[in-house]
Amino acid sequence: MNLILIIVTTALVNNVVLSQFLGICSFLGVSRQVKTSASLGGAVIFVMTIASAVASLLYDFVLAPLDLDYLKTIVFILVIAALVQIVEMFLKKTSPAIYKALGIFLPLITTNCAVLGVALTNVQDEYNFIQSVFAGFGTAVGYTIAIVLLASIRESLDEEAVPAPFQGAPLVLLAATLMAIAFMGFSGLSL
Amino acid sequence: MAIIIATVVVAVIGLLIGIGLVYTGKKFYVEVDERIPLVRECLPGNNCGACGFAGCDAVAEAIVNGEAPSNACPVNSPEGNAKIAELSGAEAGESIRKVAFVKCAGDCHATSNKVNYVGIDDCRAAVMAGISIWECDYGCLGYGSCVKACQYGAIKCVDGVAVVDRNKCVGCGMCAKACPKGLVELIPENKEVAVRCSNKDRGPETKKVCTAGCIGCKLCMKQCEHDAITVENNVAHVDYEKCVGCGKCADKCPAQIIHRL
Repeated sequence: MNLILIIVTTALVNNVVLSQFLGICSFLGVSRQVKTSASLGGAVIFVMTIASAVASLLYDFVLAPLDLDYLKTIVFILVIAALVQIVEMFLKKTSPAIYKALGIFLPLITTNCAVLGVALTNVQDEYNFIQSVFAGFGTAVGYTIAIVLLASIRESLDEEAVPAPFQGAPLVLLAATLMAIAFMGFSGLSL
Repeated sequence: MAIIIATVVVAVIGLLIGIGLVYTGKKFYVEVDERIPLVRECLPGNNCGACGFAGCDAVAEAIVNGEAPSNACPVNSPEGNAKIAELSGAEAGESIRKVAFVKCAGDCHATSNKVNYVGIDDCRAAVMAGISIWECDYGCLGYGSCVKACQYGAIKCVDGVAVVDRNKCVGCGMCAKACPKGLVELIPENKEVAVRCSNKDRGPETKKVCTAGCIGCKLCMKQCEHDAITVENNVAHVDYEKCVGCGKCADKCPAQIIHRL
């Protein structure tokens, strides 16, 4: 029950993009089409789940016993970057189909602050290994929900005659804002 | 002491990651055909998509794998194509540069608006409105779908008709795909005649709606020594396979609808 709660909390209540404002760059940058944003979401789910697992292990067995809590940010950056690289090489060799589908998004995720953010939040919330993995997965699902929703809004907006001052970034930011306000409704859930 | 422990821990983690990366890099090395980046070098790099592949990288891979001909890029210069042919070991297909041509001369002086269209400023949207906006129902609408499609700034609307700048056009054909009326044709650069009308109505009806329309008189057809011109559906059509670009048809055309470019 606790794990389901973690997923719901991270995916909806504390949505990584819309209530914690992490990963905004790719959220705004790659949300032009539903298809590409869904592939990015898939890649994020993949990376975030693995990154949470590895970061949690590293924290529990290396950093915490040695009392090096303050090093977690720098070590996590290091590990996540290397991890994405290894995953990319592994996929390229073993399943070119997945590698092609994820394409440019895999290396892009290296610089996605949401991945580092979730690793750090897991430590902050004192999650154990299993909980961290579920939190990472839930956060990534939340990210995917947000970016796919924004992409579909933007696709419909493309067909509208938008007043010139609102074209492009202003309208996207407005749409994202309204989505964020809507997602605040979830904070009223008594879980 | 704390500093030393911290440094050692980060250094060890870094070292382990480094070793891990080297190991996986070796273990999961995928051989890439070395010709792919070389072919990619010879392509324009605009990623315009005119070849039908996802981008210049994708078409380079397809050329090397033999899935696409060496001149698959319609935008590339002849020198570039020749280099690619050399690299991919295939024979260089002859490629004559093609340029787009808008088969309508019905600007706002030649024909006039039938209705006042105030919808979305785009030809495809105007067509969906399902009304004929100009007196002539076959001609250029002038809302510039082709202008928006062109990545090279080679096409613009002048007096309500799209006109191609032959020097800037690279022949990618994106404007032809964008035109809902199908008015844009790609013609070889060296054949310098073109019929600038697409009206399929009979002569008198065409004349009523536009002063710059093909009346289907067939004078050009009789004039042509190479059987390159046919008149179908009351509009002349040049077969560029047969055309030698002599321009006799253009001299004879009474409505001056066949242009020397």
